[in-house]
Amino acid sequence: MTAPATKKIRVLIAKPGLDGHDRGAKVVARALRDGGCEVIYTGIRQTPEMIAEAALQEDVDVVGLSILSGAHLELFPRVVDELKKRGVDDVLLFCGGIIPEDDTAKLEALGFTAIFRPGTNTQDIVKFVYEHVSN
Amino acid sequence: MDDILERFLRGERRALARVISRVENQTPEGREYVRALFPRSGRAHTIGVTGGAGSGKSTLTGALAAEYRRRGRTVGIVAVDPSSPFTQGAILGDRIRMQDLALDEGVYVRSMASRGALGGLAPTIDDVVAVMDAFGFDYVLIETVGAGQDEVEIAGTALTTILVNNPGTGDDIQAMKAGIIEIADILVVNKADHPGADVLVSQLQALLALAPAGSRRPPILKTTAIRGEGFGALADAVAEHRAYLESSGGLAEQRAQDARHQVLSIARAILLEQIRAATPAEELEALVLRVASRELDPHSAAELLAAAVRR
Ligand SMILES: Nc1nc2c(ncn2[C@@H]2O[C@H](COP(=O)(O)OP(=O)(O)OP(=O)(O)O)[C@@H](O)[C@H]2O)c(=O)[nH]1
Ligand SMILES: [Mg+2]
Repeated sequence: MTAPATKKIRVLIAKPGLDGHDRGAKVVARALRDGGCEVIYTGIRQTPEMIAEAALQEDVDVVGLSILSGAHLELFPRVVDELKKRGVDDVLLFCGGIIPEDDTAKLEALGFTAIFRPGTNTQDIVKFVYEHVSN
Repeated sequence: MDDILERFLRGERRALARVISRVENQTPEGREYVRALFPRSGRAHTIGVTGGAGSGKSTLTGALAAEYRRRGRTVGIVAVDPSSPFTQGAILGDRIRMQDLALDEGVYVRSMASRGALGGLAPTIDDVVAVMDAFGFDYVLIETVGAGQDEVEIAGTALTTILVNNPGTGDDIQAMKAGIIEIADILVVNKADHPGADVLVSQLQALLALAPAGSRRPPILKTTAIRGEGFGALADAVAEHRAYLESSGGLAEQRAQDARHQVLSIARAILLEQIRAATPAEELEALVLRVASRELDPHSAAELLAAAVRR
């Protein structure tokens, strides 16, 4: 109650699709937490509807999608659609995981501002979020 | 003001989400929203879920919400996880255990970071709960941080408090002795699929038998939250507690007590702000150092600060 008004950056880290491995997503979540963000982590095997609904309910500033299965061109457009359907049109989108260079333009056209591939320094992700979210 | 309140009143979930953020961030609009919405609150049955870390609070909260959905009721959930004291960041992971409700239109789940508050809740929890209540949910479930023994704040925020215990951990009875049992309206032994559940139930019964005669004995229930077992009985026990509050006059008393606590703690925060504003930081620091060096006693120093506000 004594704390002055504070705005925290809220980030949803989600893993769409069926791959059951979420080490990378957790590393990113922890880096953002250590960078001072409030990170909502929803676990593996999320459908596009679940991700969009969580983004809406949690009123996040940022949605980060992590994917390893190669299904990004199938799943990411559906996530973007579901977000739009719910009027969530002002979140910063980024993605990470195994994503071929060739797909970069397509993902950018979908609205993804950054793509982080394996080997990315997590500090770069934190910096990216702070640079792009206006307080 | 923008049209957010109007959209809120029409039942738009995105407007609810926005209102909560502004309330949580304690912005001027946030205060306005609380002012406008508070008169509409007080209808929901607010239920606190507290207990040790990993005791199954999130899973149980989800399973209880599912039971209410089966009964045709709507549910708002606020789940609090701790903020890091070092970075003020947080990982809010309670949703992971509530996936079955993810697409249910009758359920709204909001994760909150504790943002430095003690007692297992968040600084703005009462306002956020009031906003959810005003939105029209039949039940608002509040999951506290899974801490040790400092979860007592929840009793002032929820009408019914559920304390979650686990068999075989040994420290539960310890926690009971520390006085936490006074805040529990319902005791749950969760993870009843683990050995030792019945032993824990009898230990709790023995402990409750020591309570003063005439006082209400909280019921003890077994649940297996991962399988959704025991939730019909738990929802019934919650309803019984509410009926008890209403028939004993305890409801009005509890509401008055919660309101008193809330008003006084906000007033305290306002006064502290005024004290900070009335004394420049360097002066405060100098005063504090005089206390540290034993030149001045803390009471006299505090009197000086308070006097600066009155001037
Ligand atoms: N065997 C068994 N495991 C359970 C039961 N309920 C919950 N769990 C498991 O206990 C672990 C912790 O459950 P949560 O619901 O996250 O517990 P929590 O109290 O919310 O945890 P924190 O919020 O981190 O304090 C998970 O692995 C659950 O699957 C149960 O009834 N039986
Ligand atoms: Mg939890």
